[in-house]
Amino acid sequence: MARALYIHWPFCLKKCPYCDFNSHVRAGVDVAAWQAALLADMRHEAGLASGEALESIFFGGGTPSLMPPSLVGALLEEAERLWGFAPGIEITLEANPSSVEASKFADLADAGVGRVSLGLQSLDNAALKFLGRLHSAEEGLAALEVAQKQFRRVSFDLIYALPGQSVENWRGELERALGFGTDHLSLYQLTIEPGTRFATDVRCGAFAPLEDDPAADLFALTRELTDAAGIPAYEISNHARPGEQSRHNLTYWRYHDYCGIGPGAHGRRGGVATVRHKKPENFLAAVSAAGNRISESRELGSREQAAEALLMGLRLAEGVDLARLSARFGLPAASMIDADRLRLLTDLSLVWQRGDRIGVTPSGMPLLDALLGELVSGELVAA
Amino acid sequence: MTDLALIRNFSIIAHIDHGKSTLADRLIQFTGGLTEREMSAQVLDNMDIEKERGITIKAQTVRLNYTAKDGLTYQLNLMDTPGHVDFAYEVSRSLAACEGALLVVDAAQGVEAQTLANVYQSIEHDHEIVPVINKIDLPAAEPEQVRKEIEDIIGIDASEAVLASAKSGIGIAEILEAIVTKIPPPKGDRDAPLKAMLVDSWYDPYLGVVILVRVIAGTIRKGLHVKFMQGGTDHLIDRVGFMSPKIEQTKELAAGEIGFITAQIKEVAQAKVGDTITTVKNGATEALAGFKEVQPVVFCGMFPVDAAEFEKLRDSIGKLRLNDASFSFETESSAALGFGFRCGFLGLLHLEIIQERLTREYDMDLITTAPSVVYRIQLNKSRTDPAQELMLHNPADYPDPSRIEQIDEPWIKATIYTPDEYLGSILKLCQDRRGIQLDLTYVGGRAQITYELPLNEVVFDFYDRLKSISRGYASFDYEQIGLREGDLVKMSILVNNEPVDALSMIVHRGVAEARGRHMCERLKDLIPRHLFKIPVQAAIGGKVIARETIAAMRKDVTAKCYGGDISRKKKLLDKQKKGKAKMREYGNVSIPQEAFIAALRMGEE
Ligand SMILES: Nc1nc2c(ncn2[C@@H]2O[C@H](COP(=O)(O)OP(=O)(O)O)[C@@H](O)[C@H]2O)c(=O)[nH]1
Repeated sequence: MARALYIHWPFCLKKCPYCDFNSHVRAGVDVAAWQAALLADMRHEAGLASGEALESIFFGGGTPSLMPPSLVGALLEEAERLWGFAPGIEITLEANPSSVEASKFADLADAGVGRVSLGLQSLDNAALKFLGRLHSAEEGLAALEVAQKQFRRVSFDLIYALPGQSVENWRGELERALGFGTDHLSLYQLTIEPGTRFATDVRCGAFAPLEDDPAADLFALTRELTDAAGIPAYEISNHARPGEQSRHNLTYWRYHDYCGIGPGAHGRRGGVATVRHKKPENFLAAVSAAGNRISESRELGSREQAAEALLMGLRLAEGVDLARLSARFGLPAASMIDADRLRLLTDLSLVWQRGDRIGVTPSGMPLLDALLGELVSGELVAA
Repeated sequence: MTDLALIRNFSIIAHIDHGKSTLADRLIQFTGGLTEREMSAQVLDNMDIEKERGITIKAQTVRLNYTAKDGLTYQLNLMDTPGHVDFAYEVSRSLAACEGALLVVDAAQGVEAQTLANVYQSIEHDHEIVPVINKIDLPAAEPEQVRKEIEDIIGIDASEAVLASAKSGIGIAEILEAIVTKIPPPKGDRDAPLKAMLVDSWYDPYLGVVILVRVIAGTIRKGLHVKFMQGGTDHLIDRVGFMSPKIEQTKELAAGEIGFITAQIKEVAQAKVGDTITTVKNGATEALAGFKEVQPVVFCGMFPVDAAEFEKLRDSIGKLRLNDASFSFETESSAALGFGFRCGFLGLLHLEIIQERLTREYDMDLITTAPSVVYRIQLNKSRTDPAQELMLHNPADYPDPSRIEQIDEPWIKATIYTPDEYLGSILKLCQDRRGIQLDLTYVGGRAQITYELPLNEVVFDFYDRLKSISRGYASFDYEQIGLREGDLVKMSILVNNEPVDALSMIVHRGVAEARGRHMCERLKDLIPRHLFKIPVQAAIGGKVIARETIAAMRKDVTAKCYGGDISRKKKLLDKQKKGKAKMREYGNVSIPQEAFIAALRMGEE
């Protein structure tokens, strides 16, 4: 059963214009009520999927660094009681790089958090303003310094391929970022997601997203610089020094089971996909009604699982092991992957094959969605 | 049987929207053909497409009984004629069935250029033209101005034109009176052997094939054993009648009268427009003049988007053909498009109508290939085959060029009416399409241009261009004038080095390069980027004459994807796969359906 636990904290001080995650801005949050609800949700989940010690816990959001450290501590304590912790468990928390939050880092570390992922997003104040962030570049870097003191493992996020961003501009920023010496980096190209303020802005012509061709150039540059710095990509947008990958996120990409609690959290366990109520108020109400807080629980067919495993696994530099997937889902490899397309894409050096493993080459990575459309056999896709 | 002197046969000439249908309805109502309740709006145009496009595809006739001021009751037969050049032959037969016409002109719009062609055609049939100035109720109506236009532009006396408003029922009695007094009665010997002209036919699910006839001589009645002189078949007449516009049966139709017959005929193809119907015993020996075997002149492939719908397409085409003998079809298979049909039409509009009916009435998703004309090819003898002649309907069947001695292509004589300001651009268009100018005259501020044009240049989006150049003001009319030798070659389109049969076409060598370049440019825009770069080439034989390259796709990736996103990603993948099912695979390239049609539109140049 699941060895990874995701805990969602849905609140933010402000909604970022590019973000389509389940985040909400509320005037006040009743911490006691949320503590009770999350603990109850966790117990409920453990009742369905415990038995193996947890190897990773991830606090995501929203802005989980807004949680009182005492709440984080209480949740971790309960998780350990319910599942048990494997030695060397990875406990990550996403944090906002503001001075207020940085002041809590010591307490969060005391509560058990060992790894933070800082939402730096940019080292440039104009870009931060465009991205609707509340912190300044200086404040962000100060928070990074505190984090590096307080936590053994620190990662941070940058968003690039901003409208009009040049190769030189990104090179400068990334080189600086590499200079901070973290062991993990998440480097995301800005994507305009439906339903976000940016989507509206683009529709109204307020700005135009960077074109695909220059964005692809920036992607290639990112690979080049991170490789040279010894912090290569192990996933499309994630880079780590050897051994420093996010174990929790690898669980998703390797399509292993994970539990998800908190509003809108997704889980996959034993071939069942779960989703919690998304809206914080609905989530709370569902928990206090002592009913189910899972809004959806659906059994996935083996084809659907195989499709999910492929579309997650091929994000990784390591690729997927077709023989193992085949055994796991009881499907012949031929029914999962279109062999003709595989040959064609291999010839084009967009995909590689080594024994039972297949994967996407560095030059194929920026084309992954298109490649998946070609590679994943029609048989796995809903009619 | 009505006395010849009490019969009037007439049609209505009007520009679209000048009020033909409204007036027809008024005439029916006034003479009591239908009660108010039975009048569904615009009785004559009965197909949706006819209503929308404002054209009539099938001839319809209504018999009106009108008691005139002289106290006598007249039989008035109102013939609604097909309204498009593609049906020029059918129109000529309908006109041949009448002795006069009402010319309806909108009092606010005045005479439109297109009307001229129709009036002249009517005059050629010796028709008496009765001008009607309609819509005088409109504040913008200028009847006197229009009266003058009719005289100046058309050149007929309009001093007695009836001022009318079909909408408010003004002038209807005067129109009926003018029909009786101005239009001559038909002539015809009722004792002579039967000669009835087959004006049109259509399929009725209850009656079978219904045939519209104008009796020229003799009498046709139920129980008579008749033969179709051109079709060569015999039939027993089982119904004789007319439309009031309700179907009414009668004992007989005598010379001068118009009505319908049925004779247990299963297919309209047996009832050829213009045929002469006579009795098997003691029949006429000579058929009526003017018969023509209608031949499809424009061909295209029609394929179901979903290959599984091939049988459904066959069924639907079969049903349409029941009612329209003028188009032909046979199965065709294309490497790109799978199984479908090669269909032949009277013209481009006819093609569009059939295509639209298949999509709308039969709910078919279709891919239609480039329209093509019929070429006559003389082949030299080869080691294995003798010299021969073949008619090429499909560029895909183009023979080995080394054996081709000569290719002939169909030409037309086109008459275009246009307001003066568009003349220059239209002349250029005709010139670009290899046209030969025959005549250029002015009729009251409008130009009439006569050109000889190769039909294959016309099927290639000529109408669209003409319409856009003239903002819809130019009209176009044509007749076929036979085959002429042309320096024609087959141009292939290669996508990723594979020829796409559905995009190949026969073109004149002189325009091949320009056309090839244009096709490549269009395809470059229409085919989405792929994972690899795609050469798009136009070639004649082995020689590439134009080339474009579709650059490889550079980016298509979801930057951020964690646990919560799997379901969303999966949905995206499902959608992507479904989108692919709607494309055609060609040398690993997916070509969207629209590309097949859109590539052939020249667009603005
Ligand atoms: N004001 C006015 N409108 C008319 C008159 N006759 C027809 N119309 C309108 O003109 C439009 C075109 O008429 P219709 O009979 O369909 O024209 P058709 O295309 O020639 O058959 C319709 O909206 C009619 O209602 C008329 O005498 N006066």
